[in-house]
Amino acid sequence: MLRPPQGTYHALNPTTKLVIAFAEAAVAFGVRGWTGPIVVLLVLTLTAFAAGVARRMVPFALATIPLVISILLVNTLLYPGATDVIVRIGPLAPTGSGLTAALQATLRVVAFALSAAILGLTTPTDDLLSDLERRGLGRRGTFVIGSAIRMVPRMGERAGEITDSQRARGMDTQGSVLRRVRGIIPLAGPMIFGALTEVEEQSMALEARAFSAPAHRTVLRTLPDSGSQRAARWILFLGALAAIAAEIAGVLHLP
Amino acid sequence: MTLALAGARYRYAGTPRDVLDGVDLEVEPGRVVGLVGANESGKSTVCLVASGLAPASIGGRLEGSVTMDGVETRSLKPHELAQRCGVLFQNPTTQLSGTAVTVFEELAFGPRNLGLEIGEVVARVEWALETLGIGALAPKDPVRLSGGQAQLVALASVLALRPAYLVLDEPTSQLDPQGTRLVGEALTRLAGETNTGILIAEHKTELLAAMAQRVVVLDAGRVTESGPAAEVLGDVRLSELGVEPPATVRLRRALSEAGVSVEPGVWAVLATAESRGSSAGLQEPGLQETRMQVVSSGPPGVSDRPGAGGGRA
Repeated sequence: MLRPPQGTYHALNPTTKLVIAFAEAAVAFGVRGWTGPIVVLLVLTLTAFAAGVARRMVPFALATIPLVISILLVNTLLYPGATDVIVRIGPLAPTGSGLTAALQATLRVVAFALSAAILGLTTPTDDLLSDLERRGLGRRGTFVIGSAIRMVPRMGERAGEITDSQRARGMDTQGSVLRRVRGIIPLAGPMIFGALTEVEEQSMALEARAFSAPAHRTVLRTLPDSGSQRAARWILFLGALAAIAAEIAGVLHLP
Repeated sequence: MTLALAGARYRYAGTPRDVLDGVDLEVEPGRVVGLVGANESGKSTVCLVASGLAPASIGGRLEGSVTMDGVETRSLKPHELAQRCGVLFQNPTTQLSGTAVTVFEELAFGPRNLGLEIGEVVARVEWALETLGIGALAPKDPVRLSGGQAQLVALASVLALRPAYLVLDEPTSQLDPQGTRLVGEALTRLAGETNTGILIAEHKTELLAAMAQRVVVLDAGRVTESGPAAEVLGDVRLSELGVEPPATVRLRRALSEAGVSVEPGVWAVLATAESRGSSAGLQEPGLQETRMQVVSSGPPGVSDRPGAGGGRA
């Protein structure tokens, strides 16, 4: 039942990759200034090329654009206390301090998105859940995370079916933004009610499969791990916490 | 050693009236008991009560006795009930765990919940796959299966808990004739080979005619008739209770009313064909042709002989 590893980074234990992603996100957000996010982005770029997923990370980076735009606008124009106006454009007065904060925040957001992307692209979800379950994550936690992730494509399929049936009855769901927005209501209703009516039957089906048994759940797959990975996980985890603590204590004096 | 309901009365939580009104029925190991009735007659509720899910999981008030091998279901916890009695619902997709990426892992879901040794989990999964003849599905994604395959996987998932009894609430209602036939054949084999007692609520009386030894008719929460499948499914009152008799029964009546006589051996052939076709029944071209041949070849003016074959050989 084990899948063959596809390279060194892919073959790392899923929890190791989870800790790496956590450490990257923690340093990107926890270490102020330029150093934290830039160092993390460099590490992420090298990792992405090493793992052979660099091209597949582009959509994840693009997905941050709406958030990045709002960060840039809000911080550049409305940064509290900033007086170093770059240029005045009518009522708008973007500031240098605001722009700096906005760019740093942008780098942090992108770093976070890419750290999650590398984890997702190199780690099958069920591998991660199996490993976390083996380490003590409860069956309910495993079920909630696993079913939520597996539900996404199913909900997508169902949305497609409902949209098709609404179209068959004359509903126009294509064209302008307004038309598409109008199409959401007849889509959302059946989606939500359909999901709710299935919940009771699904919960009974789970009971019928001993989901509430008190025994410790059998682990079906044990994924490879090693002493060096265990050590690396602790070093990364504690190192990230130490960096944040040093930043909060004012010990770090990084640009 | 039976799954038995004796004077079972059940009322859903928050509702004012009993949905079941003193139901008695028994399912013996290795036997298939069919449950028929119009919509709202209480079939699904009987399934919930017989499997112990009501009231253990969904609450409500149960009076009377529901026992599995002499043990009151009310004294058992849901996971203990699951090991004694498996239950299968109409919709195959809602019965999948939604977390497994392969059918093998889907089947392992229940045994893993019991904390069994990994070797035992694998053995049970392989046994369930083999018993239902779906070993080829093991590496497939459970959400990418056809309706019939998904229902077989759901059934196998329940079987992996090795229950002595199975309660099936219209397990073929969302399946096409091919899917229905797959499930019907698997259940028949299961009862015969593993001595599993099966209670199956079904609208498709052809399927029951092919696989059930006994049939219980339910109307407004009460058992109105119970007996050997051929006898009950051949009863003229069945239609009045909103249950469509099997095709062979309808055909025999139609011929009888038309005054057409049919050789007894023909009914045996029809019953065999119906059994082979299960749910497909008279929709199948082969059986349709057989019917045409019988109708066209039978000499008029001689009445049909009851008991010469019926719905079940």
